[in-house]
Amino acid sequence: MAGLEECEANLIVYLHPSKENCARDAILSELSTLLFTYNETVGGVVLAYDPSILSNLAKIVPGTFPCFGVQLKAKLLLFNPKPDMVLEGEVVKLTPNSIHAVVLGFSSAVIADDDIRDEFKYKIKGGEEVYVSRTHRKHKIKVGTIVRFSMKSFDEEILHISGSLLAPHIGGVRWLDKNLEEWSRADSTATKRNTGDRKLENYTLTTYETSVKSDEQIEKSKKKRRQHT
Amino acid sequence: MGAPDMDELSFTDSQLHFYVKDALKAAIQGDCDFYNQLVAVIHRKERLSAADVALLVTCLKAVTGAVSCIHISHHKSLLAAILRMSLWDYGTNVMDALLELLVALASSNGEHVNLCLEMLVSNFVPPSAYFEKHRGPSKKSEVLDRVHSTLIDIANLVPLSPLILEKIVRDKMPHVYVKEQPIVMYVENMLRLESGAMGELVGSMALIVLMDKLVELDVEIAWKDILEDDFQKDVFDFELEDLAEPADNFNQENKEFTREASMQRFCSGNHPEKLDSLMVLTFEHLKCCFETGRLVQVFEILLQSFRITVLTAYKSKFAQFVMFYACSLDPENCGKLFADALVDIFVNGVHPEWRMSAVAYLASYLARAKFLPVPLIAIMLERVVDWCSKYCKNWGSDINPKAQKVFYAGCQATMYVLCFRMKQMLAIPRLKSQLQLMQIDAILGHPLKPLQVCLPSIVDEFLRQAKENRVCFLPERLADQDFLESKHSTVFGGTEKLGMFFPFDPILLPNCDRYIRPNYVYWSMVRSSYDEEGTSDEDVADAYDCEDGMSIPDDRSGKGCDEEDCDADEFSPSFEKMSITPRDSSHRFGGRMPSRIRPSMSPESL
Repeated sequence: MAGLEECEANLIVYLHPSKENCARDAILSELSTLLFTYNETVGGVVLAYDPSILSNLAKIVPGTFPCFGVQLKAKLLLFNPKPDMVLEGEVVKLTPNSIHAVVLGFSSAVIADDDIRDEFKYKIKGGEEVYVSRTHRKHKIKVGTIVRFSMKSFDEEILHISGSLLAPHIGGVRWLDKNLEEWSRADSTATKRNTGDRKLENYTLTTYETSVKSDEQIEKSKKKRRQHT
Repeated sequence: MGAPDMDELSFTDSQLHFYVKDALKAAIQGDCDFYNQLVAVIHRKERLSAADVALLVTCLKAVTGAVSCIHISHHKSLLAAILRMSLWDYGTNVMDALLELLVALASSNGEHVNLCLEMLVSNFVPPSAYFEKHRGPSKKSEVLDRVHSTLIDIANLVPLSPLILEKIVRDKMPHVYVKEQPIVMYVENMLRLESGAMGELVGSMALIVLMDKLVELDVEIAWKDILEDDFQKDVFDFELEDLAEPADNFNQENKEFTREASMQRFCSGNHPEKLDSLMVLTFEHLKCCFETGRLVQVFEILLQSFRITVLTAYKSKFAQFVMFYACSLDPENCGKLFADALVDIFVNGVHPEWRMSAVAYLASYLARAKFLPVPLIAIMLERVVDWCSKYCKNWGSDINPKAQKVFYAGCQATMYVLCFRMKQMLAIPRLKSQLQLMQIDAILGHPLKPLQVCLPSIVDEFLRQAKENRVCFLPERLADQDFLESKHSTVFGGTEKLGMFFPFDPILLPNCDRYIRPNYVYWSMVRSSYDEEGTSDEDVADAYDCEDGMSIPDDRSGKGCDEEDCDADEFSPSFEKMSITPRDSSHRFGGRMPSRIRPSMSPESL
């Protein structure tokens, strides 16, 4: 999924003298205060950390009370989504005016009705709320399924994502993954006609991409040959 | 399009939210007509007719559909109007519409989450008018059930909201000077969060905040309100009064000063009542936790809080009974955990005052907890004695109360526990030999002279029992000391008088007492068991088993009273000083006690 990065950070953790006996635990608990908060220095929300302490020696830093600073290198998993990135989340609520999803289990995402493309229509089927695509009846967005959307904005304080379903290749993941091949093939011929459309080129789709593209090229060339002959 | 008149709305609900969206967008541009009308409808609170209520519900639903257009700075008055609403003022249909709006607001924009959660938490407690009107419990459950389910709904949509909620609940905790009902209701809600779906996330905060509040209230109660004044009978006598019939005039004069009466007088003040109600609430919650099998996890959090707050508070009076009650519910797990923790702090701790405090808690706990199996008490005692024994092997010097205070605290604790439990332990042959192997006489006879330093009342009682039961052979204490404290014991206790700290002395809060009583060892029960000549093992067991320590036959009481009365003019006789925090004999009172218990409001007693 886009937006996840790994980085390596050189950190110094300052510990109170009383933690001298259990330094490793104290370091881990200090690092855990970083979790699920947006950190400007590393440029993202820290999701996981893997520290490796460089040496057993620590520098004593004078102050109101002296503390000792332990140097360490930590591998950090960061979440740093940028606008227009494609993200995926589990749908938790559907209303006539919005779709609510949770990304990576911690970040709340909302897609307002202005940002849902007209293709999708809100319905209540058998007591269950669902957004159904008007063009492809089987393309549904239901509570509990995964939705793929593009990011509009990210509130760094509360880690709230505002998303949009306006772009064409996003929606319910289950249907998209099954029908991607067909759809992108149909779309690639469309792209040829609409040369001005640059949107598709920016999408970072999943690993289907490479295999699909190679098949596509074969198909295209076959078609060309057929047309010519 | 022109702004529609609110009174003539005729379109459907689904259309209405489009108008609201337009109104919100227009308001940002400066055209506030419809927007202001909307705000005005939401502001209406008093004397709503059915039509007004319907209009309000419709507006709330319309705004719910338009939340994506609400801007925190441009639509301040609308947000303020919504967040000002108190669920307690409306009926269920308005409540439902409002709560749906809050959920939509919180999930639409991160900036609103804080505000929505704050509004929900402020609805934990109704406005003060509610208490005066004495509305029924149905309103309370209508509101609170909805508030809590809304909090869970928001947590499902915004997974990080419990973090924020935790902070808000902690910050909005009422101050100790707030009236009783609001505090009790707030705590009820906190405990509901603890046992609810978000319990794992906010539960430990709730328990810690609660313990802190109990200690805060506890500290507000002055010790001088508790310590007995110049009664001819000591506080401890009340225990015997419960069972004895006042045989003579002397007793009858003081008959009114039974423990119940003293409790009532004591609890006339503000803080004791609040503390009483909150502790009862806590007890009930612990009982529920036990029934659902969660008590051990909850207890671990309470223990953590105990170490940090209660243990370190200056002579906490009643808050520690929360631990006592929890242990009584589950002696095998919690009971043992608590004793282990206290021994551990005493043996391995670093801070001397806390070690002394811990061993005082341990001694009082082991003495008073009826539910603890005697073998466990023996094991804990052995650990304390072991420590004392190793200590005095390393220190050969003479008596030095200040420097060796932890050691003296340990010795006093041992003697205290044995005063209560000696007979029980001797009744079991295995424990009898264990006791003899502990070689307590070696420790007590050591050059450090603990017998001269520890509280004379305890030492006397211990020696008397030891002699009677032929447990160990120790010299009699020097006879000149009839006073409550020897010159040494004042020093070892220090300015904080930790040498006279018996944390689990009978609780003076009446409602709590009902919970504690069945699990409590009163001194009268111990007294009775050795007052009888040739007490058999069954009698000892009986004395401990009886409900309130009241099964003693009448003729005993006369004997007991005589011993007490002999030096009633002085500070109370030795055995009474045993179990109850002895009167404060400090020079502050000029050697005489103030004349009456006074509630903390009237300090002129001094």
